[in-house]
Amino acid sequence: MEILMAFIIGILFMSATYLMLSRSIVRIIIGTTVLSHGAHLLILTMGGLKGGSAPLVGENASAYTDPLPQALILTAIVIAFGVTALFLVLGYRSYKELGTDNMEKLRGTEGND
Amino acid sequence: MINFLILPILIPLITGVLLIFANKSIKLQRWIAGLSAFLTVIVAALLVQKVRNDGVQTLNLSNWDAPFGITLVSDMFSALLVLTTSIVALACVIYSFKGIGEDREKFHYYSAVNFLIVGVNGAFTTGDIFNLFVFFEVMLMSSYVLIILGGTKIQLRESIKYILVNVISSALFVISIAYLYSVVGTLNIAHISVRLSEISGVSQPGIITVLGVLFLIVFGLKGAIFPLYFWLPGSYYAPPAPVMALFGALLTKVGVYSITRTYSMFFYQESGFIQQLLIILAILTVIAGIIGALAYWDVKKIVIYNIIVAVGVILFGVATMNIDALTGSVFYLIHDMIIKAALFLLVGLMAAIAGTSNLRSMGGMIKRYPGLGWTFFLAALALSGIPPLSGFVGKLLIVQGGFSSEHYWGAAIVLISSLLVLISIMKIFINGIWGKPRSFETENSVPYRKLMIAPVMLVVLSIFYGVGADFVYPYISQAAETLTNANIYIDAVLKE
Repeated sequence: MEILMAFIIGILFMSATYLMLSRSIVRIIIGTTVLSHGAHLLILTMGGLKGGSAPLVGENASAYTDPLPQALILTAIVIAFGVTALFLVLGYRSYKELGTDNMEKLRGTEGND
Repeated sequence: MINFLILPILIPLITGVLLIFANKSIKLQRWIAGLSAFLTVIVAALLVQKVRNDGVQTLNLSNWDAPFGITLVSDMFSALLVLTTSIVALACVIYSFKGIGEDREKFHYYSAVNFLIVGVNGAFTTGDIFNLFVFFEVMLMSSYVLIILGGTKIQLRESIKYILVNVISSALFVISIAYLYSVVGTLNIAHISVRLSEISGVSQPGIITVLGVLFLIVFGLKGAIFPLYFWLPGSYYAPPAPVMALFGALLTKVGVYSITRTYSMFFYQESGFIQQLLIILAILTVIAGIIGALAYWDVKKIVIYNIIVAVGVILFGVATMNIDALTGSVFYLIHDMIIKAALFLLVGLMAAIAGTSNLRSMGGMIKRYPGLGWTFFLAALALSGIPPLSGFVGKLLIVQGGFSSEHYWGAAIVLISSLLVLISIMKIFINGIWGKPRSFETENSVPYRKLMIAPVMLVVLSIFYGVGADFVYPYISQAAETLTNANIYIDAVLKE
């Protein structure tokens, strides 16, 4: 199971890198979401998958699943969600103000002689 | 166990929330923001004194015992940085009263500043690696707001790059934490340190080196070390002066703090690869920063590149890892936060008076603004480390530590760098402040006297910090002692 997850995470990182290297802002933003999904899956996998029963006191099992990675992803997902929302609004607003979504045209030259 | 050390996080948080509801009245906002910033400074100063008297302070949130819950830890290093952050925040808030413009003030500017301080103070205080990530995000979210606020074309363009870089580095941070967790199975910084020393006592597994390099990339992106600083000059150039001062003084320093903390706690027993890497990168950072600072003719850009130089100098001291150099690094870190904030505010004021930040169209400001000219002169001398001003002691100790651990090249480059820093900053003084007086179209609309309060406050503080080095030295050396001996920190957190 961990091996399969490792491949999935690798593919997610690969697609994220490809998307983020493109010129269009929307593609880049999608790339960042895919990247954060990959990172979240990685946390889950690193805690160990299917290690035992649910981590509740009444279960009386010999082994329990580690609940901490799940709490961590929950926090990380919320943060990634907020940043993505902000990023999308920013992308839209800057498209309206600057008239382009092409990163090649967004180089700055202020302060350069 | 005292609740005191959460106050520098809690006061700005409550203030930030209150200010959201007070956005109709600018006057009320200014009063609340100013008073709370002042209160934070007092609380932080009391905290420093408490740590001085009673040693490392810890607080287990919700009464979960140390390795299981989230622990807040205030050792001298973090307490001093919290104090400096609060002082810089107070100065920037005072400058903002006249310097940021009413439009921004109406749109939650002070709330965003307060949330930024929550993030920075939290990152300095927390003793939990995932909590560090959360506070990083709090800080970054408010910095996104501050960099966009105003919505001018340059701000929109640069904030896209800024957010993209930080989103990627946050994802890398999560990945590094995941790897670390799979190796040690804990998130408490003190507990991680114990576990890592158990592992590396038996053998030297390569995974620790991998973790060290990953953390170096993550914090290096925030702290602007050599190959990863490319985003900084453009992004910091966009926002107005007080925001630039907050960013330049605080955000990169959080990255530097995190590198120092993780290296002194986690990777000090590592085989030496990371230390070598850090030394080389620190030296390259100094060189790259110097080249930028000398090349530009734009006042903001020159000061921005000086941030990079300072990051390199501090990290060189940290990488050397002996008590002299670490004391010097802590000393220089605090000096740099104060003096960079002062310089950014002064440079912002010069740009506001001249209507442009291009040095070629400035000149002769000392005729009409002698206060500005001499304050800038003192700040410039302090930055380059002329005795008895504040930069001197820190650099002296760093160089001394570099020589005693036989890193002659590095120490020599740090020495030469301070000369070149002096040249780069004197270029502003000679071309902008000396010379033939010019009249500027925009100068009469600038409330010059009121804007001078904050930078003068910071420069005076920096002079006292340098002249009174004997008085502050015990505090600094207590901070460096905790950094060289991880057991002080570990004992305080785990054995209570």
